[in-house]
Amino acid sequence: MSVATHRPRGHEQLGTFGPEPQPLSLHINGEARTALADPATTLVEFLRDALGLTGTKIGCDRGACSACTVWIDGEVAASCMTLAFDVRERNITTIEGLSAEGELHPVQRAFIEHDALQCGFCTPGMVMSCARLVDTNPDCTLEDVKTAVSGHLCRCGTYPNIFKATLAAAASRSGKAK
Amino acid sequence: MSGASDQPLERRSLSTGIVGESINEVTRKVPLGEPPPWPANAQLQIVGKDVPRMDALDKVTGRARYTFDVQLPGMLFARTLNSTVPHARIKSIDTSRAEKSPGVRAVHVLERLIMAAELRDPGDEAKEPYPIVRFTGQPIAAVAATTARAAEAALALIEVEYEPIPHVTELEDAMEPDSPPVFPGPTEQQATAGGGGAAKGLPQKGNLRGPSKGGTRGEIERGFKEADVIVEGEYRTQVQTHTPLEPHGVVAEWRDEELTIYASTQHVMSVRDEAAQIFDLPKEKIRAISDYTGGGFGAKYGIGNYGTLAVHLSRKARAPVRLVLDRREEHVCVGNRPSSLQRLKIGAKRDGSLTAIELHSFGTGGVAAGAGVGMCHHSMYPCANVNIEHYDVFTNAGPCAAFRGPGQAQGIFAFEQAIDAVADRLGIDPIALRDKIDTRDADDVRARAVERRIGAEKIVWTRRRAPGSDSGPIKRGIGMAQSMWPYIVNSYTTCELRIAGDGTVEAFCGTQDIGTGTRTVFAQVVAEELGLRAEDIRIHVGDSRFPPGPPSGGSRVTSSLTPAARNAAHSAARDIANRVAPLLSANADDLVFRNGRIEHRSDPKTSLGFAEALRRAEIETLVHRADRRDDYEGYARKAGELNISPHAIGGVQFAEVCVDTQTGVVKVERMVAVHDCGRPINPKLVESQILGGVVQGVSYALYEDRRLDAPTGVQLNTNIDQYKIVGSRETPQIEVHLIELLGGQSSTDARGVAEPANVATAAAIANAFFNATGKRIYTLPMTPANVLAALRAE
Repeated sequence: MSVATHRPRGHEQLGTFGPEPQPLSLHINGEARTALADPATTLVEFLRDALGLTGTKIGCDRGACSACTVWIDGEVAASCMTLAFDVRERNITTIEGLSAEGELHPVQRAFIEHDALQCGFCTPGMVMSCARLVDTNPDCTLEDVKTAVSGHLCRCGTYPNIFKATLAAAASRSGKAK
Repeated sequence: MSGASDQPLERRSLSTGIVGESINEVTRKVPLGEPPPWPANAQLQIVGKDVPRMDALDKVTGRARYTFDVQLPGMLFARTLNSTVPHARIKSIDTSRAEKSPGVRAVHVLERLIMAAELRDPGDEAKEPYPIVRFTGQPIAAVAATTARAAEAALALIEVEYEPIPHVTELEDAMEPDSPPVFPGPTEQQATAGGGGAAKGLPQKGNLRGPSKGGTRGEIERGFKEADVIVEGEYRTQVQTHTPLEPHGVVAEWRDEELTIYASTQHVMSVRDEAAQIFDLPKEKIRAISDYTGGGFGAKYGIGNYGTLAVHLSRKARAPVRLVLDRREEHVCVGNRPSSLQRLKIGAKRDGSLTAIELHSFGTGGVAAGAGVGMCHHSMYPCANVNIEHYDVFTNAGPCAAFRGPGQAQGIFAFEQAIDAVADRLGIDPIALRDKIDTRDADDVRARAVERRIGAEKIVWTRRRAPGSDSGPIKRGIGMAQSMWPYIVNSYTTCELRIAGDGTVEAFCGTQDIGTGTRTVFAQVVAEELGLRAEDIRIHVGDSRFPPGPPSGGSRVTSSLTPAARNAAHSAARDIANRVAPLLSANADDLVFRNGRIEHRSDPKTSLGFAEALRRAEIETLVHRADRRDDYEGYARKAGELNISPHAIGGVQFAEVCVDTQTGVVKVERMVAVHDCGRPINPKLVESQILGGVVQGVSYALYEDRRLDAPTGVQLNTNIDQYKIVGSRETPQIEVHLIELLGGQSSTDARGVAEPANVATAAAIANAFFNATGKRIYTLPMTPANVLAALRAE
């Protein structure tokens, strides 16, 4: 996984603020969501604690396990390493927003079919990275999948089934037979 | 609780053996009314099929709610204050400034430390105002505040005055007679529901507690005299931390009428029971809940020190309190696999038969006892003369806990290498030697015989060359090692079915699904009996209010749960058949349940849909319960609710490795894992567990190593960027092969697989390393430094 780097937008209007919380509005899963946050709030804290979007997990809180993976403007990012105030005017997609109109993403379907999960705690992050890979590169190879999840840790050891599931989802997307 | 012993029995003919190999009819006494034996999986509808994991949808959509995700109105966030020194008396603790810190609602100082060993005679320590600090990172107090940041800020305001005591962190330093003692006198270690604990009343000298001599028999000197060859080795294994992705944590809500604890746990009942003991509450007033647990691997039992603190804080603040450990605390405070130092000597005759096995072992589980190295040395292969002496060695380090195949992973690493060395010395092929010596009269032995053959075919064992055959710096090799883990049954297991008149089927058991697929196999077994689909069964687990269920540890849930589930469903089906029979003008005995219908055995047109039949029979609600009865042939040993069968679980693993002799980098290229778990209820989920066992085994063999800084006792690699575990790049190609073994012991014949899948991996890799390089690797992990040292040896 590569961690997206951002040039924070909108700082001009913000001026100096904190440490007291102030309202923060972010575009999350196609909706504007507003809640109070202090300047030190990370994106994952904002999602989970302020908005109750607990599908995104924290495994290490320092960008080492990728359980917190979300999309920022369509790129995968570690939400524990992203300050919430830095992603104003960006489009955030979380695991809750991945299945458009209730229809599962092909990667989600393939994860179920290939049993690419056990305890499931790393799964939302894994799904976000694999879905991004399949969306952008439906012709991906095993090496591509390994690279896409190389920053993710799964202690249950589901990697072999994640590889299979992601390749199967890619094949279904690119119209190839499995 | 019922068991074969107090039940009327009847004689039954049962098929036993390995499906596709050989099946024999045996006659055994079974409890009266036991459901008829199932045929092989191929003839069943739902059991033995790859039914998708029932909670997979919730997990891939982020809807699955872990303890980590529990958010209650008014919930406070708690953080723990941990010791900054490895060994000290605490003279004073001043929490007054922390209590006044903004957002703080409660502060609590821990009165008693659990998990650690305890002094047999507390003596002067009983007068201490606070528990003695025995490891850096030991929990001392906790703060609950309106935000996690406010709690964290308040921790810095707690003043602790330490009076340091000399300390020791390394195994071999702690073994020295003049080492600082971790405890001032002899200790005891209580077992938890997850096992652990240590034999009572053992002698203790300094930091050495023991010896325990389990498995010792015969005359060791005579055994060595009879031997034609003797191999000796000194094996070392490292401390490994569990590293579940979801750290330990609870949300505790104290109300006068009831204490509710949401816990990331492998056993909700142990959370309830330990809380009842600590807070002196009746068990009925405590409810422990765990919908999802983000990995445990042996470390998540009981309420723990952090859970105790959370309950105290909730009681003081009159609000729910969330206390989830951070990654640093997770590595240090809540368990690890102990290290080991195993001096192993084996004598064998020219034909390979073993004449003597001698083991002197030492292991440190930090401030906890229970660092044994398993039972493989004395129970895997017949040998008349065995001498075992094991010592637990205390160090000023975090307490150990059960860890997937406790003891056995360390033990097999040494023992199966030593057996490989015997084969090499005798010039016998390692598989042929096992064929010769793996001869007990037990299911695991019969399973391994088949598994060796299958594995050898799949890895193409015939291409295995003499050790160290490659001439260049990159050397490749193949090796194998055998697995063994007890087949355990938890007798305190009850399943309850509630079938409503509209055809809704609900099944309850107070076990939990920690990612092993318990919900799914539970549903499959019930669905098979009722002729429904697995997804038609609503499964309820993870709540201490449900009927008793087994802990998710020791590879015992499927073996304990599924027979009770089947018996409850079978009794419900017979009840329904009796009520529906008049509607179909049939004998109840002629009615069968399949494809969602209740139909006449020989005339499928005489049938009713399941729900329709219940409605027409005017059934309101049926409740059927069944306990886990004892295995038909009984047990070799019983300890409370835990029963150990004379039959173990087998497994054989093969590894293909590549060793760069210039850099010392070892790569596992391929693993073949051939396993048995009785009747596989869901082969796909079994395969997942085996993949996981192998991946963790590779991780243990090659990478993981908890490192402490000796002067301070601080763990140097407390995050997962520093504590290396296997990721996608290090995952080898893994092939899983599963056999179907019918043991004729219970109504489902299912056994576990989580631990057998893990314990042989490191030994298989080590034996492949020998085949590649011609050198033994005696020390884990196989890091470049340890590998280069091994290559330079002799």
